[in-house]
Amino acid sequence: MRRLVAAGKLWIPLGAWLSFVLAPYGWMFITSIKPPTELYTKTVQYWPHHPAFEGYRLLMQTTPFLGYMRNSGVVALSTCAVALCAATAAAYCFSRIPFKGKGILLFGFLLTQLFPSVLLVLPLFLIMRSLGILNTPPALILAHSTFAVPFSTWLLTGFFNAIPRELDEAATIDGCTRLQAFRYVLLPLSAPGVAAAVTYIFIYSWNEFLYALTFTADLRARTLPVGLQTFMGEYIIRWDLLTAGGVITALPIVIFFMLVQRHLIAGLTAGAVKG
Amino acid sequence: MRSPGRFSAEAKGRHGRGGTWVLPLFLLSPALALLLGVVAYPICRAVWLSFHHFEILRPDLSQFVGLDHYRDLLTDPVLRIALANSGLWVAGVVCFQFLGGLIGALILNQRFPGRAAIRGLALIPWATPSVLVALMWTWMLDGNYGLVNDLLVKAKILSRFQPWLAQPWSALPGVILADVWQGVPFFAVMLLAALQAIPEDLFEAARIDGASPGRVLRHVTLPLLLPTILLTVMLRVIWTANYMDLIMIMTGGGPGYSSLTVPLYAYYTAYKRLDFGSGATIAIVQVLVLAAVMVFYLRQLRKNEVMVQ
Repeated sequence: MRRLVAAGKLWIPLGAWLSFVLAPYGWMFITSIKPPTELYTKTVQYWPHHPAFEGYRLLMQTTPFLGYMRNSGVVALSTCAVALCAATAAAYCFSRIPFKGKGILLFGFLLTQLFPSVLLVLPLFLIMRSLGILNTPPALILAHSTFAVPFSTWLLTGFFNAIPRELDEAATIDGCTRLQAFRYVLLPLSAPGVAAAVTYIFIYSWNEFLYALTFTADLRARTLPVGLQTFMGEYIIRWDLLTAGGVITALPIVIFFMLVQRHLIAGLTAGAVKG
Repeated sequence: MRSPGRFSAEAKGRHGRGGTWVLPLFLLSPALALLLGVVAYPICRAVWLSFHHFEILRPDLSQFVGLDHYRDLLTDPVLRIALANSGLWVAGVVCFQFLGGLIGALILNQRFPGRAAIRGLALIPWATPSVLVALMWTWMLDGNYGLVNDLLVKAKILSRFQPWLAQPWSALPGVILADVWQGVPFFAVMLLAALQAIPEDLFEAARIDGASPGRVLRHVTLPLLLPTILLTVMLRVIWTANYMDLIMIMTGGGPGYSSLTVPLYAYYTAYKRLDFGSGATIAIVQVLVLAAVMVFYLRQLRKNEVMVQ
């Protein structure tokens, strides 16, 4: 009985929370397998009479969806690499090295987030054009990394700060260089923070729309969000292609996070320092 | 508290004079290069625009108009509506996203079978492109075929279908609902990560002292999550204030001005009326308002000793 109550305490809130989070996606899936004739019915239909996977077949065979997906993957993974390196280095600096003007600089990092991308996109377009990287992944990697760095830096700085300085000191006393102390002590201990930062960067880049729309007019460089947008015509919305594409687009991120979330483990620093 | 002062003294000693700024500069250079290169110039350009009357087709005819754009905005009734809508939009979205995310993080932090898979699935709203989030919610809130209407009528909460996004009082709340849905996993992941940094012995000590779960949450968990909460909430406020994809697709700011927010107003002014000077000015007004919010927040951060110095 007690175990039943405990299980209820966990599964009832979990179920309620999950159904809010998953219901619209579920509805998107159901819509994606509805044949066009069953889309606009008098009473709302919760399951199609004739479920069809036609949308998925059309998506794969008649549209460059897989190409979009590859572009998005290249951009998102490269952005992760660039932004994470820049942010980790900066965060280490903010957390461990004393220097003048630190507060102002940290503030400056956040200040860049205030500007709406609508404001930045036109001048950026001109820059990218003069650099000759329009319609190539580097244009997006550059723009996405820049946007993702400030938050990642702050996030990682917080996690580094939470790790006792005595640990780096101990490592250096044992003969580690600064880099080794960072690599073998600080970085593994802040794994949850790095996991959160990577997730944020990846998803931001995977879903970013405005820069992608502006910098990749060319079909070959187009990313998923922009590609999906093209299924929405002036008068006709291709529900079959859109919902099928939407269902698939979310999957790589779900898998990505299933792998990353292993690093969200508690108690890495437990008992590290005797008080 | 640990004493950062002691360590800084040592660090200075080890690297000697002159070496103290070389390492920071080296470590910060990639981040700074990106930020200065990609953000600084566009910002200067936007400020320049706000002082000029700019013709997109004839840039050579641009005129310096000084503070005219700013003066016009002071008496602009639409800007006032947009500011009020933006306030409601940001408050509604961030508040409910945060609560939903906190609950999610606390649940997903428990041990249960299939946790990895469920944690992955929980990311779905965040992982869905905005275009689709907007379309799906428009579809679900539809006045004739909408799922939400159908469920509410079946549950006897509503007597008849409502065109949620087409009536002034419910258009903005409808978009807020969609954005709350999209943003909950962000907070869930960030808070889940922050939960991992809390030493287990603190919970144990609290439990041994006989604290109820509610009190543990209030007096142990939340205070220790505070640095992450303040940072994520502040950035979410900024991002939400600037975020317009959903509103643009779902209502386009309408009906009337009932769901028009400041960035959308700036966008329409610049790209529909092709008045880039005024558009930039509206965006800069928004930046100034947000900067004020941010300064207030950073004060809080410092008070809570979260800042690094």
